[in-house]
Amino acid sequence: MTASAFRIGRFTLGADPVAALLHGCGHWALNFLIITLCMTPLRDLSGSTLPLRLRRMFGLFVLFYAVLHLLVYLILDQDGKLGVLWQDIIKRPYITIGMLALLLLVPLAATSTRWAQRRLGRRWVRLHRLVYLIAVLGVCHYWWQVKKDVTEPRQYAIALALLLGYRLWKQRRGLIRFSAAPFARLRAALLAGFRSWPSQCKDR
Amino acid sequence: MRRSLFTTPRIAASDITPPERYLSRRALLAGGVGLAAAHTLGAGMQSAFAETGDALAALRNEAFSVTERPTSFEDVSSYNNFYEFGTGKNDPARYAVKLRTRPWSVTVSGAAEITGTYTLEDMLKPHPLEERVYRLRCVEAWSMVIPWIGFPLGDLLKRFKPTSKAKYVIFKTLKDMGQMRGQREPVLDWPYTEGLRMDEAMHPLALLAVGMYGRVLPNQDGAPLRLVVPWKYGFKSIKSIVSIQFADRAPRTAWAIAAPEEYGFYANVNPAVDHPRWSQASERRIGDGLFAQRHPTLPFNGYASDVASLYSGMDLRRNF
Repeated sequence: MTASAFRIGRFTLGADPVAALLHGCGHWALNFLIITLCMTPLRDLSGSTLPLRLRRMFGLFVLFYAVLHLLVYLILDQDGKLGVLWQDIIKRPYITIGMLALLLLVPLAATSTRWAQRRLGRRWVRLHRLVYLIAVLGVCHYWWQVKKDVTEPRQYAIALALLLGYRLWKQRRGLIRFSAAPFARLRAALLAGFRSWPSQCKDR
Repeated sequence: MRRSLFTTPRIAASDITPPERYLSRRALLAGGVGLAAAHTLGAGMQSAFAETGDALAALRNEAFSVTERPTSFEDVSSYNNFYEFGTGKNDPARYAVKLRTRPWSVTVSGAAEITGTYTLEDMLKPHPLEERVYRLRCVEAWSMVIPWIGFPLGDLLKRFKPTSKAKYVIFKTLKDMGQMRGQREPVLDWPYTEGLRMDEAMHPLALLAVGMYGRVLPNQDGAPLRLVVPWKYGFKSIKSIVSIQFADRAPRTAWAIAAPEEYGFYANVNPAVDHPRWSQASERRIGDGLFAQRHPTLPFNGYASDVASLYSGMDLRRNF
């Protein structure tokens, strides 16, 4: 009865639609975070600037889904009780760090315009390194709230470790960029990325 | 020494429903339902041996039933925590078709005069089935209302004459990764183990269920035989039982092994004691929909007047 109330064709939110939306938004915030972090390596591999031009849009998607995730939690899950949300933030570390990650996204989104980029110059680059911290907090937030089966948070952690590791490696190599654009390598990277892509909701 | 339990069905005079009560119950029933129920009562639970999904009728025991509207059968049979089939809520409905529930046997062991391995039919034969509408509160802060069909656990345990050493009852779920694909991963310490203190197990609210919603239990809901302890979090209500053991010590239960700081042996529903990572003060009722308010969680899931005395003098914050 309930399930059918939220059915569109074969799509349904299932028996617990609030949890489905909550977890769905959380997953997509993390998915877009990983996608955003893939843009630099993709540029390096392909030599194309397209990934960098898409990066801002993906980054804004992260904030979009993170805000939806918070709103679903506050309004649908906790009946809009701000007091309960506040208690959660101060009492439950995984919610504290999730909230922190969301707040840190705000200055990045606010300075995502071309104008802000020009205005801030070097400082813009430094400020936007916050995305690495946000990503770590986001993955920890997920890992911590899972009841037992950490298969999916682990997949995000592995993807994030690879992406951060790539940047460390690049730094060590003295910011050497790949000269050519080997199509095969690009394809391999894409396929590997998608294979480790978690999509289902699990646990609370 | 092993005595034959089941050759002659022994029914104590006190166990036989007085005819006037029997008739008054029947009078409450309408048409076909009444016939089916009468058939169930008279025919010694033939239908309990039927296959998953088959009709299984039983009279509702109103004294042990809540009046809240039951959750839809669709939700109760598609939204399950049964990690033997995967950790996703939909995994059990998808993969439990592989579970073979017939033939099925249950081993009774430990501190009892009568022990041995019995077929499911032997286990169920002496017990008249009844329907009870219970609340189910999951430790994950969601809840359901389910019309179970079964019989009191205590009635079954008594048949094996537990000795004075029997302080606890330990239950185990089937372990067979061929049928239970979730057991290929060491998510929990298989087989799933649960337990009750003897007085909890003998409490009339503790139910062994073989059906729900007028049908034989679907596999994903714990067929063919599962426990239902309505005043405790759902993970205490172990599914697909193959072993019952009487013991003098409390067992290490599956979730208490997995995360001892989060899940205790008692696991009584308690709105005053939070899970370390979320509040237990309220719950979302499955089936209420997207915009429904949460329900306040009740002490002992609303069964406090029946069971709170079992824990008098205990610190429920420590014995969570």
